[in-house]
Amino acid sequence: MRRAAAILSSVLFGAGLLAAGLHAASAPAVRWTEEERAIIRSLALDALPALPADPSNRVADDPRAAELGRALFFDVRLSANGQVACASCHLPERQFQDDVPLARGVGMTTRRTMPIAGVAHSPFLFWDGRKDSVWAQALGPLESSVEHGGNRTQYAHLIAEQYRTAYEGVFGPLPRIDHLPPQAGPVTDPEAAGAWEAMPEADREAVNRVFANIGKAIAAFERMILPAPTRFDAYASALGSGNDAGILTPDEVAGLRLFIGKGECVNCHNGPLLTDNHFHNTGVPEARGLPEDLGRAAGAKIVREDPFNCLGKYSDAGEGDCSELRFMAADGHELLRAFKTPSLRGAAGRPPYMHAGQISTLADVVAHYSTAPAAPAGHSELRPLNLSETERRQLIAFLATLNPNTSEGRKSF
Amino acid sequence: MLTLTSRRALLLGIPALVLAGGIVTAGAMMSSVPSDLDLALEKPTAAGLYKAAIAPQTNPITVGSMHAWTVTVLTPTGAPIKVAKIGINGGMPQHGHGLPTAPQVTKSLGGGRYLVEGMKFNMRGWWTLDLAIDGPKGPDTVTFNLVL
Repeated sequence: MRRAAAILSSVLFGAGLLAAGLHAASAPAVRWTEEERAIIRSLALDALPALPADPSNRVADDPRAAELGRALFFDVRLSANGQVACASCHLPERQFQDDVPLARGVGMTTRRTMPIAGVAHSPFLFWDGRKDSVWAQALGPLESSVEHGGNRTQYAHLIAEQYRTAYEGVFGPLPRIDHLPPQAGPVTDPEAAGAWEAMPEADREAVNRVFANIGKAIAAFERMILPAPTRFDAYASALGSGNDAGILTPDEVAGLRLFIGKGECVNCHNGPLLTDNHFHNTGVPEARGLPEDLGRAAGAKIVREDPFNCLGKYSDAGEGDCSELRFMAADGHELLRAFKTPSLRGAAGRPPYMHAGQISTLADVVAHYSTAPAAPAGHSELRPLNLSETERRQLIAFLATLNPNTSEGRKSF
Repeated sequence: MLTLTSRRALLLGIPALVLAGGIVTAGAMMSSVPSDLDLALEKPTAAGLYKAAIAPQTNPITVGSMHAWTVTVLTPTGAPIKVAKIGINGGMPQHGHGLPTAPQVTKSLGGGRYLVEGMKFNMRGWWTLDLAIDGPKGPDTVTFNLVL
């Protein structure tokens, strides 16, 4: 009862503020209602909460793990041909992505590389959310036949030979692995897969632990990669003090108004990272020449079965820590061709767009959302916005205010 | 203290849950929410077999965060229903999508109260929570409206 009273009075107070905002919209530079100001401030970087803990990774915040992870992230020896590192597609100077429609490792993938900034805030990783932690995500490309193309014993041997001291400092003694085949793992390469099958269970288990720890170290590094402040953030911060005049151009402000209003962009692109971390079918066209992509409908099933998920034996979490996975929506028509909402921070500076780079320019992306075409499969959540030429231009102008400030963008990793 | 909570919620853009009818006024973002929406969090089920109430365990509710609710199921005269199966569904009627998660009753708390874990709202706006209650008097349903 006391709680109900508390909620009610806080709501009444909020409603009062809301009403006041509606009638006293005489801000010095731009007229925003109190509610609009609250929404704008909710998108600013200074509203980003502290890094959420990752109970599934006990070394997530260990600086020694992050240092090891940094070294692994840039190490091309973690590949089949000695030429592919995480950083080959996640280029630090390019927002940790690669500017091409489909990522290229030892072969060609079927998806666009995702940037990394703020990734630790995301409960599910990849466009289809087929991983539920940063460390589990890092393991996927390592043994994909078209990305790093390697296998688990290869990586375990590399750790033993090149990173033993750093590894053991973080994770404790390495198991004995010198008797294990140089190339073995549950991968598509038949020889490596056969060698893996022939290994005793205890050895596979030991190698799996080392493999998971490689991911945990890389995750400790990736957690530290955060988005840089933007002009929009400066504007949002200044809104409170009334010193916002001149930070954004009239077109950019008009674009912001569309973003949180008529454009309904903020429905999904919400919060300081401008993503709801969820999966939506927005009628994005199929990528020419690629097999059918089911999106989240496939990803939800994969993550549920993933031995490296939050509930798996390589996770350091207790069952109570895995609510995202335990209560994940895993079935239903909405998952078909639903893809993860990307952060819009820096998006204007990293075409092409969508999960397979199908759309080349930001103008074409805005046109897509304005016209809302039917989905190739499943049902698009979009409705036509019928934005005018001017409105489209303004929206694009606003999106560019989410690009990292140049000085911050040069920060080295 | 109470107003501080609310003020902080507004300042941070964390929407407080609107609990009472008539409060959802004409904010630009909420203009399309029907003005006559029944926002009661306690009501009889559709066929009148039970009385149901829902309450969040977190206040205010933060968009994007997993959290828990309690559901209370009573007879129409207010006696607790101690054994019931409760299914949870819902979504955003104006967006045509369901809940982003699959919440479940994980525990009976006694006195007709049940713990619902795995709730999440991934955006602001009008949400519905649909409960399918199967208790000693048979199955019945109830829909609650929430505005974030």
